[in-house]
Amino acid sequence: MRGLRTIVAAGLVALGSPAKAGDPIKVGALLAVTGPAAFLGAPEARTLEMLVEELNARGGVGGRPVRLIVKDTGGSPEKAISFARQLIEEEQVFAIIGPSTSGETMAVKAIAEEGKTLLLSASAAEVIVNPVAPHVFKVAPKDSFAAEVIFRRMKKMGITRIGFLSSNTGFGKAGKEQVEKLAPAYGIQVAVSEVYDKAATDLTAEVTKIKAANVQAILNWSTEPAQAIVLKNVRQMGLGVPVFQSHGFANVQYARAAGAAAEGVIFPAGRVVVADALPAGNPQKAVLEAYKRAYEARYKEDVSTFGGHAFDALMILVRAIELAGPDRAKARAAVENLRGFVGTGGVFNFSAADHNGLDIDAFELVTVKDGRFVPLGP
Amino acid sequence: MTLELFFQYLVAGLTYGSIYAVVAIGFNIIYNATGVINFAQGEFVMLGGMIAVSLHRFAPLPVAIAGAVAATAAVGALVELTCVRWLTRPSVLRLIVITIGVAILLREAALFAWGEGVRSLPYFTGDEVTALSFHGVSVSPQALWVLGTTALTVAMLAFFFGHTMLGREMRACAANRDAAALCGIPTRNLVTLAFVLSAAIGALAGCVVSPITYTSYAIGGALAIKGFTVAILGGLGNGAGAVAAGLLLGMLESLSVSVLPTAYKDVVTLTILLAILFVRPSGLFGGREASRI
Amino acid sequence: MRGRRHLQVVVLAAAVAGVQLATLAAGKGFFLTQLTMSAYATLVALGLSLLMGYAGQVSLGQAGFFAIGGYTSAVLTTLDLGGHRGRPLWAAAERLGLLAERPDLFGGATLSVAPWAAGVAAVLLGAAVAFSLGVPVLRLRGHYLAMATLAFGTIVSSIVVGTQAFGAADGISGVPPLVLAPGLRVGGGAADRVENYYLAWGLVALAMLLLSNLIHSRAGRALGAIHGAEDAAAAMGVDTGRMKQKTFVLAGVMATVAGVLLTHYNGGIGPSEASVMKSVRTVAVVAVGGMGSLWGTLAASAVLNFLSLRGYFGAYDDAVFGGILVAVMLFSPDGILRGDLGALASRLAARRKSPGEEA
Repeated sequence: MRGLRTIVAAGLVALGSPAKAGDPIKVGALLAVTGPAAFLGAPEARTLEMLVEELNARGGVGGRPVRLIVKDTGGSPEKAISFARQLIEEEQVFAIIGPSTSGETMAVKAIAEEGKTLLLSASAAEVIVNPVAPHVFKVAPKDSFAAEVIFRRMKKMGITRIGFLSSNTGFGKAGKEQVEKLAPAYGIQVAVSEVYDKAATDLTAEVTKIKAANVQAILNWSTEPAQAIVLKNVRQMGLGVPVFQSHGFANVQYARAAGAAAEGVIFPAGRVVVADALPAGNPQKAVLEAYKRAYEARYKEDVSTFGGHAFDALMILVRAIELAGPDRAKARAAVENLRGFVGTGGVFNFSAADHNGLDIDAFELVTVKDGRFVPLGP
Repeated sequence: MTLELFFQYLVAGLTYGSIYAVVAIGFNIIYNATGVINFAQGEFVMLGGMIAVSLHRFAPLPVAIAGAVAATAAVGALVELTCVRWLTRPSVLRLIVITIGVAILLREAALFAWGEGVRSLPYFTGDEVTALSFHGVSVSPQALWVLGTTALTVAMLAFFFGHTMLGREMRACAANRDAAALCGIPTRNLVTLAFVLSAAIGALAGCVVSPITYTSYAIGGALAIKGFTVAILGGLGNGAGAVAAGLLLGMLESLSVSVLPTAYKDVVTLTILLAILFVRPSGLFGGREASRI
Repeated sequence: MRGRRHLQVVVLAAAVAGVQLATLAAGKGFFLTQLTMSAYATLVALGLSLLMGYAGQVSLGQAGFFAIGGYTSAVLTTLDLGGHRGRPLWAAAERLGLLAERPDLFGGATLSVAPWAAGVAAVLLGAAVAFSLGVPVLRLRGHYLAMATLAFGTIVSSIVVGTQAFGAADGISGVPPLVLAPGLRVGGGAADRVENYYLAWGLVALAMLLLSNLIHSRAGRALGAIHGAEDAAAAMGVDTGRMKQKTFVLAGVMATVAGVLLTHYNGGIGPSEASVMKSVRTVAVVAVGGMGSLWGTLAASAVLNFLSLRGYFGAYDDAVFGGILVAVMLFSPDGILRGDLGALASRLAARRKSPGEEA
């Protein structure tokens, strides 16, 4: 009798950790659900909630349910810092997804590292993963890839002189840096470069300046509604040149908002926005279609790449826990060694030196036709 | 800069300037009736656009706009009834702070009701790419609608205040409230009417400009600041001054883009505001007023 | 009189220590982080309380001064002056301790302005701006004054958002801790948490003492007279202009100092700290506590900011402050928590003594 009990007890001890086997895995999220970055954070929050429900309905991760704790930072780095400390020290979350913006991510990078908590950021800035901090990863692709994909196409179209507009956010700033750095390599001259305020409601003046410079194409780099406004301003001014946008355009509400002015716009995007039009053999197609169907059915709005980042961050985390068990150090190493993970943003290949995991193929050139996103052919 | 480009900047400036002018006129109406600067004026513009977009889902455009104007006017009345009417001799400080709080509440309510996305009414005539061309200057027909609506609003208000009994009563109320009350004028109701009127014209402006600028829950704040810059520039309480000042500011802002980085467009407006406040708070066209020591 | 005031500060110190020990005992030491951040927000609110309650001036620009302090400090301490190392002027500055070495992002070493020097520069700048702004602004009245301070706050906000050197919309991060003395530094590390908590609240206690003394001094009574009836005060020979200006500068400097310290504590600053909404929240806190009531403001600020920083209000954070503002100004414009502890105590004592007679 005693022997049996001992064996069972030993077995239980071996199976469980100090926490009981059924204890939920706490996953924190720092997202800008309201405030100026809400177009990033709100879809991200919705995606996470949807996914966590699905996961728990299927029994959770490794038999343990997932408990999601979302903190709305409103896009404020100060709140991000306060909530990060709260999540790490008080809630002792297993990992943190987010923040939504680069400014917030940089503010909490050191805190996450000090607290030895995995941080999977949905924002784009290069400095998040360069220099590499062991616990900090990002799932959004590099801006330089987006720029290069655009320039490759421009070169193919014989464009050598462009007008460039960007917003005064970190995203716009980073894009401007990359564009100005990479354009000469493709034989492209940036004749005019204007920075506008993120809340700008009219860009006629800036477009007028570009019109005066006789450019062959216009490139706009921002994530704000200004992306739609600039399209209208350009077309209303009778400028017929091709208009390129950054990957910040990857939410079809902007195409709808710009209506007829959005026709023919070219931009790089994660394949989630053209999931339906992908060829059958594409490795991402299954994942993308599943996400798109579930999200659109539940929330009655179109998917965007932003929500996709949250999807990727959570599913990468889940995969790591499945591979390595609910041990923080092991999960971290598992993320770092993850190869060939198919997500919405692309196929991820992490390594100790590369905490982003995506390469230039993550981007697909997309255009707008009849108000819908379709892949741009070769 | 070629003449063509200059006119292009000018047209853009006039379009925006007329929106600022309408917001400023709204400020002036309430200021004249109560001596209060209603910081929530920008939110009325926002509400007009947002409500109209929602109504347009089930109703044709003119009905949607009329409904939005009526609904926002009702909100204006509600604000006055709950937050202003029953206060006895409130200090300026207290009223300023109350209207700021109301502005925040209206904005957050809009966020709660409609989410964070941007929305707009369809173009009244034409669509996103149509443009009328005059000698190399392209203008969207919607800009003409904005200018036309502003002109119509100003004309109607001028008629109202100048030639109707009710309008004259309101002017009496503004000139000297106690005397007007002694004359049997229902001053308290006229204050409510002032709010209703301001909210209505703000809402109309919000509807007509939404195809160009898009509406979202957060646009009220910046509009309010521009609006009272214009109101002060034109002389607080001076309707015609507000129109002139609005158009002027719109053009200055637009032209400033050709020389300064765009990101500082707002700084230009605000510096003008500070300069006016320090040097000549009665504005360009306003009369002398006990606004300074 | 003076004894009671000093007693109040002692009570505050005891409360501060008590809270810290309680959190230690309950194992909730992490509360100290939000409490420390609230302390700095309280400094800003106290300055505003003095300005609004005693000088009767509404300022919607406190966040602007906070931003001047924080951003100046942040920019100077994250500059990369490594290239100037050899040059004589810079070498002299380094020897004087004005410049300090700090590790850059990639593990190498670069040179920036030493945090203490940056802090001093920031405070001087804030004082200068407050002084030059105060002169024309305080000649205005009523809503003109409110709008001028609003314009100032918005200008600062627009500049920090629009300028690359200030990090534009992302703000500045990687700000090094501010070393006040060996072993005492203003920074966010977990090891320094308790010290920072006492440092922040110690500053608040100091501010309370100074402001209390000011209010009960001759200058303070003059200030109170200005709020009550400015023309009468002027007629009595009070130099109203200079008094108001000094109060404005004091409030601005307090906000600037808070900005410097909180930026070092957080390790960074963003444009949301400069926004008009932040100024409005400060006004809401002062309104709840009672304008001019320092203790009321302190209590309101500590509670409201703590709850907000812990995410208690969730996505309705701004709505809560807006609602508080409207509710307080409509129903209780003198503030909910008005009155210092002493007055409260004596009122309670009086009531207990003679319940039947007039209160």
